[in-house]
Amino acid sequence: MEPLLAVVAGILFAIAAYLLTRRSIVKMVIGLVVLGNAANLTLFTMGGLTRGASAIIPYPETAPVGDYANPLPQALVLTAIVIGFGMLAFALVLAYRSWQELDTLDPDGMRVAEPIATEEDK
Amino acid sequence: MTMLLAVLSPFVLAFLAPALNRVLGDLTPWVLASLPALLFVFFAMMIGPIAEGEIMFATVSWVPSLGVDLAFMVDGLSVTFALLILGIGACVVLYAGGYLHGHPAIGRFFLSLLLFMGAMLGVVLADNLITLFIFWELTSFSSFLLIGFNHESQKSRDAAIQALVITGLGGLAMLGGLILMGRATGTWSISEILAAGDILRDHELYLPIFILVLCGAFTKSAQFPFHFWLPGAMQAPTPVSAYLHSATMVKAGVYLLARLNPALGGTDLWMMTLSIFGGITMLVGSIVSLMKTDMKLVLAGSTIMALGALVMLIGIGTDYALIAMGTFLVAHSLYKGALFMVAGSVDHEAGTREVPILGGLRKLMPITFAAAAIACLSMAGLPPFFGFIGKELIYEAVLGAEWLAALLVVLAVASSVMIFAVGGIVAVRPFFGPEHPDTPKHAHEAPLLMLVGPVLLAALSLVFGLLASPDGANLVDIYLLTPLATAIAGQPMETNLHLWHGFNLPLALTGVTIALGVLTYRTWDRTRAFWQALDPFIFAGCQKWFYEKPLAGLFAFADWLFRNIQSGNLRFYFMAIFGATMLGLAATIGVRMTPADFAFDMPDARFYEWMLCILIVVGALGAAQARNHLTAIITLGIMGYSIALLFVAFGAPDLAMTQFLVETLTVILVALVLIHLPQRVFSPRGISRARDLVLSGLFGAMMTLVMLAALRVDQDLFISEYYAANSVPKAYGTNIVNVILVDFRSVDTFGEIIVLAIAGIGVIAMLKYRARRDEDDDGTPAPPPDGEPATPPPDADADPPEGSAAAETTHPEDPRDPATDAARGEEDQADPSDAPTGEGDDATARVADAKGEDAVAESPDEQDEAEDGATAENTDAEMTADAEDPTGGTADNAPQDEPKATAKAEEAPATDDATGEEEKPS
Repeated sequence: MEPLLAVVAGILFAIAAYLLTRRSIVKMVIGLVVLGNAANLTLFTMGGLTRGASAIIPYPETAPVGDYANPLPQALVLTAIVIGFGMLAFALVLAYRSWQELDTLDPDGMRVAEPIATEEDK
Repeated sequence: MTMLLAVLSPFVLAFLAPALNRVLGDLTPWVLASLPALLFVFFAMMIGPIAEGEIMFATVSWVPSLGVDLAFMVDGLSVTFALLILGIGACVVLYAGGYLHGHPAIGRFFLSLLLFMGAMLGVVLADNLITLFIFWELTSFSSFLLIGFNHESQKSRDAAIQALVITGLGGLAMLGGLILMGRATGTWSISEILAAGDILRDHELYLPIFILVLCGAFTKSAQFPFHFWLPGAMQAPTPVSAYLHSATMVKAGVYLLARLNPALGGTDLWMMTLSIFGGITMLVGSIVSLMKTDMKLVLAGSTIMALGALVMLIGIGTDYALIAMGTFLVAHSLYKGALFMVAGSVDHEAGTREVPILGGLRKLMPITFAAAAIACLSMAGLPPFFGFIGKELIYEAVLGAEWLAALLVVLAVASSVMIFAVGGIVAVRPFFGPEHPDTPKHAHEAPLLMLVGPVLLAALSLVFGLLASPDGANLVDIYLLTPLATAIAGQPMETNLHLWHGFNLPLALTGVTIALGVLTYRTWDRTRAFWQALDPFIFAGCQKWFYEKPLAGLFAFADWLFRNIQSGNLRFYFMAIFGATMLGLAATIGVRMTPADFAFDMPDARFYEWMLCILIVVGALGAAQARNHLTAIITLGIMGYSIALLFVAFGAPDLAMTQFLVETLTVILVALVLIHLPQRVFSPRGISRARDLVLSGLFGAMMTLVMLAALRVDQDLFISEYYAANSVPKAYGTNIVNVILVDFRSVDTFGEIIVLAIAGIGVIAMLKYRARRDEDDDGTPAPPPDGEPATPPPDADADPPEGSAAAETTHPEDPRDPATDAARGEEDQADPSDAPTGEGDDATARVADAKGEDAVAESPDEQDEAEDGATAENTDAEMTADAEDPTGGTADNAPQDEPKATAKAEEAPATDDATGEEEKPS
């Protein structure tokens, strides 16, 4: 199963990379979502997959019985999902505000902070 | 401990100086000069024991683990330099008090000057390579501050930077040499290294050590071809020139060579390099001094000559040469310090240092003239002054050179002839003859503070000459030269100075020197043009090729690098990141992996798992391809929920729950925001799109390969097992993932919450900021023309799209970069601020854009405009291909638009033209 998810994650990475190089902030934000999911999927897969067994200890045992899912990558991914959401919210509002202020969604057009050097500057 | 105190006390006093100056006023120079005077006595008392062959050490541990100690050593060489630094230092402090009297920044000047004094003292006393380097760099630094003292003058700043760059780079090279030396000998102690000369000279690192140390010494001591910084440094106030750039700092390089002579000297390489470069520097320096008419620059040239002579003498390395070096070192410091101060006094009193417009100062400034005359006689090398002995010894040394004696003799005589003429230029020309009518000020005798130094130093030139005249071992021999020569040679030396050598070849050369010197001086006004014609070869040329050109090249390279790396193009940054990651991974894989590492085992996936994987990919592809926001939102949802289901299938219920929740929120959030953004999307052109596709495809493939390779590595599960085993006993929780998050790693989770909080604050700030601006805008009594609904509808606050409309009205006051306007060009046929008549349509079109159909009902007269908006939207979509050519886009677009819009485009051709031009560079 892991090799299949490796391929899926690779495809997601490729799509994310493609989207992040578009000339549209909206596409970039979508790319960000895809990239986050690709990373989560990678982390989850690399920890090893255990079909159908969760990382929960049945009462009244004090240690897992039989196969159990690797809890460490799950903890990492859980954090990553939440942080990813926070970043998405931020990025979306940023895109929205830049549209309002700069009247463009084209990252190449956002040159307020780093103006293109003109001949006079040189 | 006393020694440490002695070395560090100038630093302490330096930082007190500005405050002292405020309290003491005119007394400041006297008080400040008392410290170097006191230290002078302290070191002078060591002369006795040193003359008996003793060497004093003092060590305070500093960084013992690195072998770096504040170690100091006082021998004949150190004490001579220390006395020069402190004695001339005291004179210069007094002199500066007069020279800069009333200057508002005199406190800062004293600070820098004393800082330098401490640093220089550290250089000549250091017995540890690293300590030496630190003090060495401190002298460069304080020299920078002092040259740039008049920091409002561009020339001063340039000269300061030039001196810092040259000596700083040399210092870095020297650090490399010192470290290699430390490694080759296994010690950082200079005194131990001096004893290990035989090891060093045969060491395989000798050549690199030699070259690197030489770079440091040559840059500091202004040897050819780095000599050009020294005349530049004359931008400093004259006391600084007298102190740093003639008597002390520039001799640091000479000191270094003399100090290391027992360790590095004696090889053919050392002798050849030092005598040739020293000889050339000597000649070049004396020509430079004849080229100039400014007294200080004339003296700067002769300083270069003296430094060259000292280096040459160290290179020749015979007993005579080393004794000559010691004698000339002291003689030069005395007369050159005095002469610089005289030049400063003349400048101070007569208002100029230009020799051609000076004359007759002898009667007006008799004491200054006396000092100048004595110092110049010493410089010209006439008996009975100390400089005469120095020059005689130089002649004897070059005559006895083992190598290239004939050439060195010619160089030495030529230089001495010119320096003789220089003596006339600075001490005869300004003082004799009638007063020159062009002299800016009518001169008076300099104040007392400015007389002490030159008179004292000039007098010493005479006293030393007289003291050295008795035959046999005299005072100068016993207490000054024998210890000095012994320290330089690294073995006991006997010196026997006297004025009268009998009729011998050096004396004959002196006669020739005087005759030719007088001739050179008499013809100086006529031959100056000839000397100046040499400028491109020996001075300006060096400056151009060794400083200006490389520096300009460096700036050009930095500019090029900046423009290409920091282009401001976000997509380029992404591509660079992906590309670099990929190359790095590919290189690692290429070096360390074989194809077997990536074997793809056919997965044993079940049917529903295949379906989920396909759904994920389809969802992502759909989001990538989406032509409108709704499709993008839906397909993103498909991808996210499929991943959540995958989590369910592989025993991660917590992940699945979170993912479901977050995915739902994401869809809502994305929907909420994207609905306000235009549908237009730039369709990339053929080449760039193909390039991005290839790059991202390769990136994805690389990630898959890395994952496949990583899957082949055996996992070490001990952390996971630890958590599983301790979850219940230690944390009393059965859900291991939850326990990790809220218990074992709760601080990490807390950090995560903080990140979320910051993101939330950021979001609020961005939205809130806009809200405040809206109010401001509403308050501004500048209603846009042509019926734009300036007053928001009653539900404005609740209705986010109002933001867009309001933002529109802010345009006129928004100081936006033209480039932004350019990029926007395709969206606005005419910016509302540029084309008033069209504003209503255009702005409303965007409102309609944002609000969709809801906007239509807002007001009756917006209805048709909303249709305009719809049209504009469609055409926008078509225009996207022309994103890089706004002018063309407008032209294509205009016919399809409403007549009004066409009119608009015609009314604002200037805008479009402008934007079209600006767009091209991107």
